Amino acid sequence: MDFGFGLSPSSAVTLDRVDLSLYRKLEELNPDIRTCIACGSCSATCMAAEYSGMSVRKLILNIQRGADVSKMLSCCMLCGKCTMVCPRGINTRKVILDCCRYFK
Amino acid sequence: MIYQGKQKIWSDYQKEIPDDHWFYVRSCIRQSFFPASEAHFVKIVRDLLGKDLYENPHHTTCGGIAYHSDTIPQETAMTIVARQFALMTEAGYKNLVTSCITSFGNYTEILETWREFPELEARIREHLWKACRREFDKPEYVAHASDVIYKLRNEIAERAKFRLVNHETGEPLRIVEHIGCHYSKMFPHKGVGGAEYPCVLSGMAESWGGKVIDYPERRHCCGFGFRQYMVKANRGYSVSNTHKKFESMEPFQPDVIITNCPGCPYFLDRWQYVIAEQTGKTYGKNGYGIPVLTYEELAGLVLGYDPWDLGLQIHQVAIEPLLDKMGVSYDPSKKYLGLDEKEIMKPGLPTVLKCC
Amino acid sequence: MKESVVIIGGGIAGMETAASLLELGYSPILVEQSDHLGGHVASWYRLFPDMTPASEVVASLKSRLDGVTVFLETGIQFINRLRDGYNVMLSNGVSIVAKAVVMATGFKLFEAAKKEEYGYGIYDRVITNRDLEKWFSGIPDERIPSAPWNIGFVHCVGSRDVKAGNTQCSKVCCMTAIKQAIEMKEKFPDAEVYCFYMDLRLFGKKYEDFYISAQKDYGIHFLRGRVSEVSETIDGRLLVKAEDTLSGRPVKINMDLLVLMSGMLCNPAAASIASMVKAGADDSGFLRSRDNVTGVVESERKGLFFAGACTGAKTVPETIAEARSAALSVHNYLRRPR
Repeated sequence: MDFGFGLSPSSAVTLDRVDLSLYRKLEELNPDIRTCIACGSCSATCMAAEYSGMSVRKLILNIQRGADVSKMLSCCMLCGKCTMVCPRGINTRKVILDCCRYFK
Repeated sequence: MIYQGKQKIWSDYQKEIPDDHWFYVRSCIRQSFFPASEAHFVKIVRDLLGKDLYENPHHTTCGGIAYHSDTIPQETAMTIVARQFALMTEAGYKNLVTSCITSFGNYTEILETWREFPELEARIREHLWKACRREFDKPEYVAHASDVIYKLRNEIAERAKFRLVNHETGEPLRIVEHIGCHYSKMFPHKGVGGAEYPCVLSGMAESWGGKVIDYPERRHCCGFGFRQYMVKANRGYSVSNTHKKFESMEPFQPDVIITNCPGCPYFLDRWQYVIAEQTGKTYGKNGYGIPVLTYEELAGLVLGYDPWDLGLQIHQVAIEPLLDKMGVSYDPSKKYLGLDEKEIMKPGLPTVLKCC
Repeated sequence: MKESVVIIGGGIAGMETAASLLELGYSPILVEQSDHLGGHVASWYRLFPDMTPASEVVASLKSRLDGVTVFLETGIQFINRLRDGYNVMLSNGVSIVAKAVVMATGFKLFEAAKKEEYGYGIYDRVITNRDLEKWFSGIPDERIPSAPWNIGFVHCVGSRDVKAGNTQCSKVCCMTAIKQAIEMKEKFPDAEVYCFYMDLRLFGKKYEDFYISAQKDYGIHFLRGRVSEVSETIDGRLLVKAEDTLSGRPVKINMDLLVLMSGMLCNPAAASIASMVKAGADDSGFLRSRDNVTGVVESERKGLFFAGACTGAKTVPETIAEARSAALSVHNYLRRPR
């Protein structure tokens, strides 16, 4: 029967049910990504951020929460400015390149 | 679960509920949703237990639904409420007892607002005087009708004909209690047991022999949510919230849900049909739903009133599995007969949810 | 005859003050309400940032008390102000006249059960930082499962919380949570450990290294969002709800153990003792110092001094340094000609 409405999708993330296998692979290659403190310098300095929504901070977070990142990745121009500003010394450029190998 | 820990919290939230002399105000919607609930509240409290319960035919809506649906400003709701207080004052009563949770929340919220902003109270007194030349005293106590049944739960237990126990196995029935959001979330100290572990309904269920289930989404809204339901475009949110609750309580296999709000039993009951139609899933045994009762209906069953006199045939989810468990006898042929023994209409049957 | 100084409270602040005053040539009288010295630290297992055994700290302080008069299981009946000093009446009937009194009354751990939504004392798998520390010291606790999958730490329980009656930051809990998270990960390498924080306040030397190590070497997850509600599932686990504020989405997680980082409140006995000599608490709830920059260990009353967490949340090294400072202030006060 069509009621004209239906169950709405939930925005909640159940953390212990998130598939972390891709994140595990990524952190194996880049253990430094664990030290991200979500300061946002990478996104603030990103050449592509303003018009495309690219953000390394969100990229790492989304992978941790099991969300799709392929669209975001396609916006990166690989300039490397994010690597320069990261206070934790994360090689963000390598993180992006590794992501491209696994998530595209 | 450490039961003593809950008792400790309950002892912090013991609300004073007067013994007698109540001015009773009915709900706008309960009489059509659960036509016999308020009648049985009066029957139990006034006729059976001999308390002084007064009603005034000039009582109107408290404005709560309109207020929560953004169709009237709070000042209008306040003036309506001031008029109810005037009726109570004129009748010589000081203890207000409301049938509806939203009314209870509305009265409580307004009294708290006046306490904080006395100039607003003065303005409302003026509005009321201009509108209908009435004056009022504020109630000394505001109780919800479930507070009163909670207070009288042991007297009801003493007169019980049936207990919330599976009469074949002797096991206590598994009870889900659902408290209306406007009962104690706004002002935890105004509700028996507070907001996190309210015991107004669980206290009844336990003293009548049941075992209360504490499932993870126990505190979540029933799904009504006023604007969530009333605007059709939002109705998906409403049914999704209800669905979330049922998914959470399902593993505990509840025998019955009891509620103290007008909206909650309605939505917990009717949405079981909608969820079944949309997802093919039912939450009771053998394709049935989980019966949903008001606390008055439950008290009525415990006291041995006839299930059809209690209006249980009006519910969407079939009530018979619960009656069978409790050992309550009923005549299936009389299910859809009115008080005058004439047929009231029979509902059509859903495609998924099994009804008797 | 040596000058007597009364020290109220036999935790690490009182012990260090007594030991330092003894070394300066005074006759300290240490009054402790409980049956042992060492206060909260005595029931702690290891201390950040070097994982120093807490028992070593207490033992080393104890070893310096030879010559200090110690009254255990003794309370303060009353204190009277005299023209030059104080008359302190103890619950054991002893009355002491001293020119200087040091309050080292410490803190009280926030009662976690007051945050009803976290279910401490109701759900089987919810414990506090102190409970966990006792378990680390070898005291069995049946609330801690033998093979947990998920362990959560809730920061700021009863700290920075107007509703809980404490607006102050308790300072040590962020670091303690990280320390305990690492210790749990060492005990249960297969468990996922989550810290739910509002801000991380890791202000001290080596603290940040500890944090980076917790992230990198131990893979502890830090989730910015305050836990809003905890409930119990059918299998006795916990369902924990919070917002992942960095992604703006609600998160839920099933936990096998939830550790509440209970904050520090001023010991309620402190305010009542202080009020007998017309000193008292300020709007932080802790005792009012003469000056919060240059006179933390001094009260507004002549001859009344403070040491340790009675004036605000403090770490162990800060407490000890402050106790020495209090001893020196007492010394300077007593030798001043009057």
